[in-house]
Amino acid sequence: MKSILPTQISLWRKIVNKLMTILVIVAVALAVIPLIFILGDVLLRGAAAVNLTFLTSLPAAPTSKNGGIASPLVGSFTMVGLASLFSIPIGVGAGMFFSEYSWSKLSTVSGFMNDVLTGFPSMVLGLFVFVVIVLTTKSFSAFAGAVALSFVMIPIIARTTDESLKLVPNTLREASMALGVPRWKTTFRIVVGTGKTGVLTGIILAVARATGETAPLILTAFWSTHYATNLFNQPIGSLTYLIYLYGTSGASNWETQAWGAALILILIMLALNLFVKVIIGRSLTEARMG
Amino acid sequence: MSIKLLRGDTILKILLAAAALFIIGLLVALAVELSMGSAASISQFGPGFLIGTKWDAVHEIFGALPFIYGTLLTSAIALLIGLPISLGVAIFISEKLKAHQTFGYLLGTLVDLLAAVPSVIYGLWGVLILAPLLRDYVEMPLHNSLGFIPLFSGTPFGFNFFTAGIVLAIMVIPTMSAVSRDVLSAVPNSQREAMYSLGATDWEVTQKSVLPYARSGIFGAFVLGLGRAVGETMAVTMVIGNIPTITANLFSGGYTLSSLIANEFGESSGIYQSAIIEIGLILFLTALLINVLARLLLWRMSHGRQVNV
Repeated sequence: MKSILPTQISLWRKIVNKLMTILVIVAVALAVIPLIFILGDVLLRGAAAVNLTFLTSLPAAPTSKNGGIASPLVGSFTMVGLASLFSIPIGVGAGMFFSEYSWSKLSTVSGFMNDVLTGFPSMVLGLFVFVVIVLTTKSFSAFAGAVALSFVMIPIIARTTDESLKLVPNTLREASMALGVPRWKTTFRIVVGTGKTGVLTGIILAVARATGETAPLILTAFWSTHYATNLFNQPIGSLTYLIYLYGTSGASNWETQAWGAALILILIMLALNLFVKVIIGRSLTEARMG
Repeated sequence: MSIKLLRGDTILKILLAAAALFIIGLLVALAVELSMGSAASISQFGPGFLIGTKWDAVHEIFGALPFIYGTLLTSAIALLIGLPISLGVAIFISEKLKAHQTFGYLLGTLVDLLAAVPSVIYGLWGVLILAPLLRDYVEMPLHNSLGFIPLFSGTPFGFNFFTAGIVLAIMVIPTMSAVSRDVLSAVPNSQREAMYSLGATDWEVTQKSVLPYARSGIFGAFVLGLGRAVGETMAVTMVIGNIPTITANLFSGGYTLSSLIANEFGESSGIYQSAIIEIGLILFLTALLINVLARLLLWRMSHGRQVNV
């Protein structure tokens, strides 16, 4: 076959090669620099706002310097916790179905729809929950917010469960069944038992994603400065809604507090992601090697 | 096998199938509820809703075009800036850092972590830091020197299509570069080796054998980025100004489909509410189309095996 390239590397080709290398490095710089600025701003401005009073007081009027984030923080945890209750059984169940019954048509169709849902605008999910729950109960509530968040979490949990269970070698399933262990017990003890780190990873990633969501909460949980005493008939505040509300308020005290809340939010996300990367990542590699 | 054991298997299968059915049911219920909610608006305004340019809640005249326009324009700006940068990052990690796996892994981890930063934080940064900076150092100079071009003719206040597009670009870069990186890493090494053995330079290997091999996956990454840009609510709502406008002027305030829902739905009722639900339906159908396309492309690229997103 005749070569499509000349045998000698011409000067022009060398120049193009160098130029493209430089362009690629410029692209990396352009991608990373704004992100460093964002994290830096959140860190510096946030650190100036965060102290013990900030974490333990209720939100206050924009004229006050002493407002805190205690009730929205509790609100966020409440809703993400509730959402986990709804989404973990459904997400893990669906993921197990995708992996253990991958030959079935339902698995293919549902798996595809699951992927479509993963990239879905969360605003639409919030709108849907508003129409179905808030209009019916005639009230914003922690419950409605949690349902909207669970729709964000389910596809993530289902996909990661599916992927980690598919990594479990078939020989393990066969060995267990050959010993007379029924299929359901094999699925729980052997398949889920072996792939549980991956399943846990998916759950934590979904929790992190839900903690950072704002759009699904605007029309479902809305906002309140107080602790919620009932999860079904009163609006409830969240950390993310506070950042949205305060950030666009134009009031300088509130803007400062928004940076503080952003720092707390970033720290929560970072802790969850690092937990996944470091602790679970290590035990996953060990599991694969051993 | 005893009957009791068979029952356990059946129960498990039914439970798991129910969970899988739930996902299909959710998507169907979304479509049904949004269609039913917008029925009043669809029957009153008909297809003219899509091309109507007025949005007037007081006189109940509703048209979706300014929001469709705002969504498309900001997404276009974001992808125009974001795609080349994301491709550069992906090429850097998968091609240039082949010999430095640790550094590549670290950079990849950084990109992944940044994809996890909540959008409301991008919005906060956009509204308090980036918008004033862009106004003073980019928009004003462009307006003063090139103001005769319609794109730059308006007086910039910082909250406009341009700022929203830039913030979106920053947000889609982590997503798009993570997917493109996975796609490029999936290109078999034999492709590269064959090209090197013909005497190609690094760039020629990337350009002539890696990128063509990965093109459907890269297009998939592009479409996923588009999906994220179109559906993004918080960051855009915080910086776009929220004024329904159709203009070529990038420095004018605008509005998007999702921002409208976030801002106005809470205080709406009757036909006004129905019109906003129809906006939600438009967003739903657009997102459905984009995501189905992206998934099909990525599935084809990975020969049925899913690429991590």
